[in-house]
Amino acid sequence: MFAGGERSGQVITPGDLLVGKPPLLVYPIDPRSRIVRDGSRLNQILLVRLAPDELDEDTRAGSADGVVGYSGVCTHAGCDVTLWQAETRRFRCPCHESEFDPRDKGRVVGGPAPRRLPRLPVKIADGVIVAEGSFIGRPGFLPG
Amino acid sequence: MTSARALVGIGSLLVATTVPVTLLGGCTTQGMGTGTATMTQPAPRARTTTGAASYTPVTDQRLVNPEAENWLMYRRTYDGWGYSPLEQINTGNVKNLVPVWSFSTGVAEGHQAPPIVNNGIMFVSTPQNQVLALDAKTGELLWRYKRELPEDLFQLHPTNRGVGLYEDKVYLATLDAHVVALDAKTGKLLWDRTVEDYKKGYYMTLAPLVAKGKVMVGVSGGELGIRGFVQALDARTGQSAWKTFTIPAPGEPGSDTWKGDSWKTGGASVWITGSYDPQLNLTYWGTGNGAQWMGDQRPGDNLYSSSVIALDADTGKLRAFHQYHWNDSWDWDEVSAPILMDVQRGGRTIKSLVHPGRDGYLWVLERRADAIGFVEGKPYVKQTVFTKLDPRTGRPEYDETKKPVTGKKIPFCPSLWGGKDWPPAAYNPKTGYLYIPTNENLCGSLLGTAKPYEAGKLWLGTEIKDIGMVVADGANHIGEIQAWDMNTGQKVWMRTFESHNWGPVLTTGGGLVFAGGTNDRYFRAFDGKTGEPLWQWRTNSGITGVPSSFAVDGTQYVAVQSGWGVDAQRMQGALDDIRGAKTDVPQGGVIWVFGVNQ
Repeated sequence: MFAGGERSGQVITPGDLLVGKPPLLVYPIDPRSRIVRDGSRLNQILLVRLAPDELDEDTRAGSADGVVGYSGVCTHAGCDVTLWQAETRRFRCPCHESEFDPRDKGRVVGGPAPRRLPRLPVKIADGVIVAEGSFIGRPGFLPG
Repeated sequence: MTSARALVGIGSLLVATTVPVTLLGGCTTQGMGTGTATMTQPAPRARTTTGAASYTPVTDQRLVNPEAENWLMYRRTYDGWGYSPLEQINTGNVKNLVPVWSFSTGVAEGHQAPPIVNNGIMFVSTPQNQVLALDAKTGELLWRYKRELPEDLFQLHPTNRGVGLYEDKVYLATLDAHVVALDAKTGKLLWDRTVEDYKKGYYMTLAPLVAKGKVMVGVSGGELGIRGFVQALDARTGQSAWKTFTIPAPGEPGSDTWKGDSWKTGGASVWITGSYDPQLNLTYWGTGNGAQWMGDQRPGDNLYSSSVIALDADTGKLRAFHQYHWNDSWDWDEVSAPILMDVQRGGRTIKSLVHPGRDGYLWVLERRADAIGFVEGKPYVKQTVFTKLDPRTGRPEYDETKKPVTGKKIPFCPSLWGGKDWPPAAYNPKTGYLYIPTNENLCGSLLGTAKPYEAGKLWLGTEIKDIGMVVADGANHIGEIQAWDMNTGQKVWMRTFESHNWGPVLTTGGGLVFAGGTNDRYFRAFDGKTGEPLWQWRTNSGITGVPSSFAVDGTQYVAVQSGWGVDAQRMQGALDDIRGAKTDVPQGGVIWVFGVNQ
């Protein structure tokens, strides 16, 4: 569901994500208990839809119709990754300008971040975006 | 909720050598001096006990009138001078200054705290809320405390600006908005009190102000829509003694300067340690800007944002205030506490409050028991916003075309980082000069947007991408150190740096001014009278730490942390974006201690 903004609390559908549109910052919902897993900022997920042919092989394997998921928390200092560079298709962190490539497994392409954004493989089932397993890598940053 | 763990330890591990190490000619390659210094490095001392063998308790009397050899608080004295009376290191011999010892803190990000020294024991706080206790002479680690911070913490300023000392305790204000008290001899955690909920955006970065049995702290988080306050805790127990909000609640004096519920999320953070006048028993705190940043979304003067407030040390009662500028719309937090000094004006000695503002004006105010009077305000960097000051109250009038609003991009000077941000200026009573670390030739712009408040989320009233910055055409420098004669109100000298400058200033009885602050990693000394550069040393990283000076066994030292980060790094990113450059300032903190051979 949306993690903030005007539609905070509403469930995301694949139709909310369009190629060329900025990513959404969301929280997951437990499919059985319906509990929103928003107790920790570290559960924030970035969802964005990209052209599938832009994605590298691994990223594409964990995507659904071009929708990819990543941790929404910067690996440098733990800020929310809230900026989107549309022309280069990069996530950008407002705190220290770290940039990540969602087409290539969240690779660091700018700034001080020490490691890539953890990726969350997703699939689409019954019209809902579903996490397939857990983050690849540890969300958040490692205090020095 | 979170537990803190203290790593206590060290006994002594090695007795490496009993022969002093002789350092030869360290200056010839590094510094500007050419002397062949023979500073001897003290041999490590054997330690058979954990922690410090002995400790001199810190009393009110010692805080009011510290021994020359000690640096017991953030700016050494309650008046906020940043001045050490020691004169062994002076304009004549500073060229022979060499490192005596250094210590890696093990963490990255901006290191901003001064090495605080009490009779040969040094306490240094670092990012990630670590406190190191070291033998100030040898650099031997006595104990280390490292707080276990919540994993979901995030702040725009993940730093710490120093510890407070009282009796046999060391106090730290933490990033998750707690205050902890540690045993000064062992580092053992004595108590841990929650000041506010970090999940709502409250955090603390300042060194506590300690006076009369109270540990006083203020909260950061204006960029997350907090409501600022100062709180005093009992130094022995940690129980709350008083709490005073920097924004009045409805019905309280000043509440008519806010509309609706805007006071609840109005900012006015307290980023930096207050100064204190023991005679008046008043503590003086600088306050941050209003939240979110766009003044048109919170109409009114917004008291007590971008102000200085005078709080009674015993009760917290607000006795007086002065608002530097009303309805802030530029992100100009007036974070630094004012410096208390005597200033001559018109044949009269004024007990003043001096504040080089982020708004680019150098303010002189008069402090009294129940009021703060306006004396003078004049720009020290290019300032395009104020058209005039009311000669009686100092209240500025604005050029409305330079005041950011919602829905329109508005340019203004100086940039949102101001003429001087948090790095403290210093005052030397021997020269009578105030030394200000400034950034010039930088202007900014903001495009305001309206967005609802969400607890714990950035709430700026602008998108980050809409924060603009420009360098003035033909600018040959950005960073400066300015020296002002406070008795004449005139600037007397200025040094400039191509790099921006985020270097806190130390000044000494030896007639010196010490500061780093530039991206080239240098720590420098200048002649306080003339500004002539006398010495420099290239350190591991950029220096944004507060330098201090102290003496042990009759020998004077100068100490500083080098470790680049936070806003210095952020401004570097903005400058790099403008210039299409990529500046790599290495990260990682090191404590440096320098001495000179006599």
